[in-house]
Parts: sequence; structure tokens; C-alpha cells
Amino acid sequence: MTSQAAGPARTIRVVIAKPGLDGHDRGAKVIARALRDAGMEVIYTGLRQTPEQIVSAALQEDADVVGLSILSGAHMHICPRVVTLLGEQGLSDVLVVVGGIIPDADIPRLNDVGIRGIFQPGTPMQDVVDFIRRHSRTRAGV
Amino acid sequence: MPSVDILYTQKDIESLDYARDLGDPGQFPYTRGLYPTGYAGKLWTMRQFAGFGTPEQTNERYHRLLEAGGTGLSVAFDLPTLMGRDPDHELARGEVGKCGVSVASLADMEVLFQGIDLGAISSSMTINAPAAMALAMYLVVAERRGTDWRVLSGTIQNDILKEFIAQKEFIYPPGPSMRLVTDVVAFCTTHVPRWNTISVSGYHIREAGATAAQELAFTLRNGVEYVQHAVAAGLEVDSFAPRISFFFNSHSNFFEEIAKLRAARRMWARLMRDRFKAASPRSWQLRCHAQTAGVSLTAQQPYNNVIRTALQAMAAVLGGTQSLHTNALDEALALPTEAAATLALRTQQIIAHESGIVDVVDPFGGSYFLETLTNELEQEALAYFATIDAMGGMIPAIERGYPQREIAESAYRFQRAVDSKEQVIVGVNEFAGEEDVAIGTLHIDESAGERQCARLDEVRRTRDGARVRAALDRLQVGAGDGSNLMPLLIDATRAYATVGEMCDVLRAVWGEYVEEPVL
Repeated sequence: MTSQAAGPARTIRVVIAKPGLDGHDRGAKVIARALRDAGMEVIYTGLRQTPEQIVSAALQEDADVVGLSILSGAHMHICPRVVTLLGEQGLSDVLVVVGGIIPDADIPRLNDVGIRGIFQPGTPMQDVVDFIRRHSRTRAGV
Repeated sequence: MPSVDILYTQKDIESLDYARDLGDPGQFPYTRGLYPTGYAGKLWTMRQFAGFGTPEQTNERYHRLLEAGGTGLSVAFDLPTLMGRDPDHELARGEVGKCGVSVASLADMEVLFQGIDLGAISSSMTINAPAAMALAMYLVVAERRGTDWRVLSGTIQNDILKEFIAQKEFIYPPGPSMRLVTDVVAFCTTHVPRWNTISVSGYHIREAGATAAQELAFTLRNGVEYVQHAVAAGLEVDSFAPRISFFFNSHSNFFEEIAKLRAARRMWARLMRDRFKAASPRSWQLRCHAQTAGVSLTAQQPYNNVIRTALQAMAAVLGGTQSLHTNALDEALALPTEAAATLALRTQQIIAHESGIVDVVDPFGGSYFLETLTNELEQEALAYFATIDAMGGMIPAIERGYPQREIAESAYRFQRAVDSKEQVIVGVNEFAGEEDVAIGTLHIDESAGERQCARLDEVRRTRDGARVRAALDRLQVGAGDGSNLMPLLIDATRAYATVGEMCDVLRAVWGEYVEEPVL
């Protein structure tokens, strides 16, 4: 648990983004509020963000976490792209999590590109909060 | 969930006046149903929403559904089509054919309805921002086959307000979006008289998290907005109002959903007669489609979804729906397989032919509880009407984020109730046993996108480019003046202009809507 190593942790900053053409934003908004109520700083990008826009928001907002909400089946196209672009910006320590309709079969491939936080339908909000608290980068070195 | 008492008695419905508040089935205010004989006269239409991959794949599914006893078609388009983007557009990458069928031009629409007699079947098309373009394509397919537009029967969703409120598949700002809606209404009133021109939808509002009362309120208030716009455009209310239909969610609280459909009919009848002075009983009658609640389906223990859907479908039938879609058990995971979609249809057939539910009209009519619930939902919805009217109508309310915020609040409250187990979801937060079986799901690979891009190339190569350009130029001029755009879209469609090209012309004139996100 590295978060205990560097003095008082700053507020975790999370960019919640809705990539792709899908407009179903219930999940993104509910999670944004849950994270905010858990004491995190949440920036919601709104709809139809390209991977480039999402990474640029993460950079500008000094985000510790990028949360993607995808229900359209386009996750295998979008998620790896976001991870790659974050790396290109020197943001590979930003935690990327994804929620939505993600079939089990796709999880290993998402893990392979470095996405560990994958939240399928039915996940309690507290599980998402706990995962982010455990895995987001610390204040030190930021 | 409604807040209910443990017992209801005669006292609770003392002020209910049978003739004023209920009426016999078939009589104003239609609380008890639109038809004196209920389903004994005619069953509801079993209309299963379907679409995935290429037009060929979806056409094949339609034939299977009709062979299995489905009685209407319902097209699910993919996201690029719904957003007015061609399959080869950068934003369409990874999305072609994923959430529905890709229909980029007349060439695709011709394949989609191959072997299906458009004069004999009713087709519903769930599309909104490019509704006019989709309808234009359907009309040109009919025209090519010699089917008279006057006999065509079906529905175009064409409900842009709920897109701004809930589902967010909008393209243009509210003003020009409403003009497109009204152009479809005006055109069909004259040329396609049996077509339902708007399906005013609560479904997506509910899926986004609204309560039953909010679904009822925002949907009917949207209906009011459409009627006002059509009247303002010079249409006589009784000429178009009978062709406005509704689309509701049928959710998990059994009695509340029955009450909601009853309240909706009563409210609409009164609104149309009293607020809009409609004289024709057909204008007073709220006809609706219902779909079971997608959001209630769980990825865990997926077979439980069959039971959820059956209960929700029963509520819609007891509420008196005219048409019904039942969700498939695998839809929390993917688009349904053929086997899952067939089982969903069988669920409706069992309700219709085995349960006896259809033998009596409005069997819960007069129930102390159900009549109270009907009244309460109506009262709660009317309170929302007062708030929205005070804001100057639904468009100013949307621009202020009012319905969006109300819905987001309800969604969050619901999720907290689930997390605290105040709201039990079987197999998810309680009774999460070992029977979490893996089921086979439909997988749509990238080949649908490749095939659609290939056909698009073919269309662009073989069509008369000059004719397309001329038609699109006329569309651009029309967008800037007040002409009805339907004839211009139909002309462009005949020339094989694509959905993306037609939408881009209007984007250039009207701009695109960007919403202020509301948390």
C-alpha cells in the first residue's frame, strides 16, 4: 500500500469520461457522484469524447484516475487507445478503469493492455471506490 | 418504488367518480382501456426490437421472428446510424453494427426489408435525430416495390426531446430538431396517413433512472410540446394527433406499472380534449407500445431475467398496452442470440394464450389499491407539469437541465438503495449463489463494419454523383428556408445520398448541440 508512504494523501482526482457515440450516461453519472461523495475530486467530461480528448482532459486536470463508461461494445477499440495515448503523454501511472457492458471474454485482453479495474453490471459503487483508493497513484512524485 | 400503505379500502377511493375518472373501456377518459372488448377483440402486437451487424444479418433475424409468430417488426439501428454518421466516418470506428443494424443508404434499407411485404407488416423504426432520413429510405423502398404510401403502417420514433433528456442521441440544437420532427408529422399527415409520426417515449427516460411518476410526467409533457409545435406550424390538431403514439417502460414494481399506463391514458385524454380542444375521440386516445425494463436485467444468474421479464410483460398487458417487446435473458451481457430472442417472444405468447389474463378487460379496475396508485401517479405527474409549464415549457426546462437533474437524482438514490440492500436485486446483492452460469452470447466482430464500408464504397462509385450533389444542394437551401424537408430528403435518398451526407448538410446549416453535463 504505497499510499501510506508519502504523508497526507491529497484528494484523488478522477476524470470520468464517456467515449464513443453512445449517450447512455446513467452509469457514468452515478459513479461520478459516488466518487465525489467518497471525497474524490471528480471531473465529468460529458458525452462523445475521443480518446485524444480524454487524455488531454487527464493531463489538464492532473488526474490520478481515468474512468471510462462504455456500453456500446466499442471498448476493445477505445480502451487500449486511451492507455497508449496516456503513455505517450508520460501518464502511464494514471489508473484507467472501465465500467459498462464488458463481456468476460474481453477481460484478459483488457488486462493485457494494463486495465485492471473492470466493472461489469451489478458492481456496488463501494467496490469501485475501494478499488480506486487502493490502486490510484499517490501524491508523492506528482 | 412507490410508497404504499399495507391496506387500501373503500375510503381511499371515495372521491373517485366512475364516469368522470374511469369510464368503461373504450370511453373517455380511457383509464380502463381504449377498446370495449380489450384483448378479446385484438391481441397486442408482439413486436420484438431487433437489429445487429449488417442489413443481411438483421433481415435474416426478421424472417426468423416472423416465422416464430411475431406480428410486427422493429428496427434497432447502430450508433453511427443513430448519430447520422456513415460507417467509414472516424467516429464510427469500432461501433458499426454493434448496438443495432448499420443502415447508411437506400441500398442498405432495401436489403433490410428483402422478402418482407411492406404493405402487410407494420414496422417500427427506433431512430430520432435522423428519423426523417430513415423514414425517407423506408418510403423509397416502398415506392420502388410499388407499395402505396397510403397503406404503409408503422412508427418512426422521432422523439428528440427524450434524447435531450435521457438517451442523448441528438445532433442538432432543439429549435431545428423540433422543426425536423414537425416536418415528419406534417408530411405523413398528408402522404402516409397510417404512419405513427412520433412515438413519445418514456422508455429511455425510465432507463436513465427516472421513477414511474417522472417517466409519466416527462413523457406526457414532451407529448404536449410536440402538439404545441405542430399546431404552431399550422396543423389542425385532429389532423395529426391520432397518429402520435407513446412508448413506455414496463418496470419491476408490478402494480405501479399497471397504474402508470392507466394514468397515462386518463391524463392524455384530458390534455387533448381540454388543453388542445381536440374534438375527435381518436385524438384523445393514448395508444402505446411497451417494453420490459432493460435496466432491470442482471448479468448475474441470467436465467432470472426470464422471470423478471415475464412479470413486467404481465404488468404491461394488464395496463392495456397495444404493442409489446419483451427483453431477452442475455441482454445485460450483449445483444440477444436468436434462441434468447425467441424465448422472449414465447413469454408473450404464453401470457396471451395460456394465462387467461386477456379474457377480461382491465381486471384490476375498481381495486382500492390500484385506483389509488393511478390517482397518485397522476397527481405527481401533474405537479411536474406545473413546474415545467412555469419554466416556459419543456425546451427551456431541458436547457436548464431540469429533467436531467431530476432523473440523475433518482438514479443515484436507486443505486444507493441497492448498495445498502434496501432494494434487493436477486442474484446481485442478495441470494448471490453459485448458479452464476455462463451463457453463450452474440458476438459482433469487426467484419460487419468492413462489409458496410465496402457497400458504401460501391454505392458511392455507382450512383449518379451529380444527381446526389444537386439533391443535397436543394436540401441545404431548404434547411435555410421554411420548406418541409421530407420531400427534399426523399429526393436525396432516391439518388442514394447517404445518411451521413444528408445529416452533414443539416449540420453545416444548423450546427450541433453540445449539452452542458448535469451530474
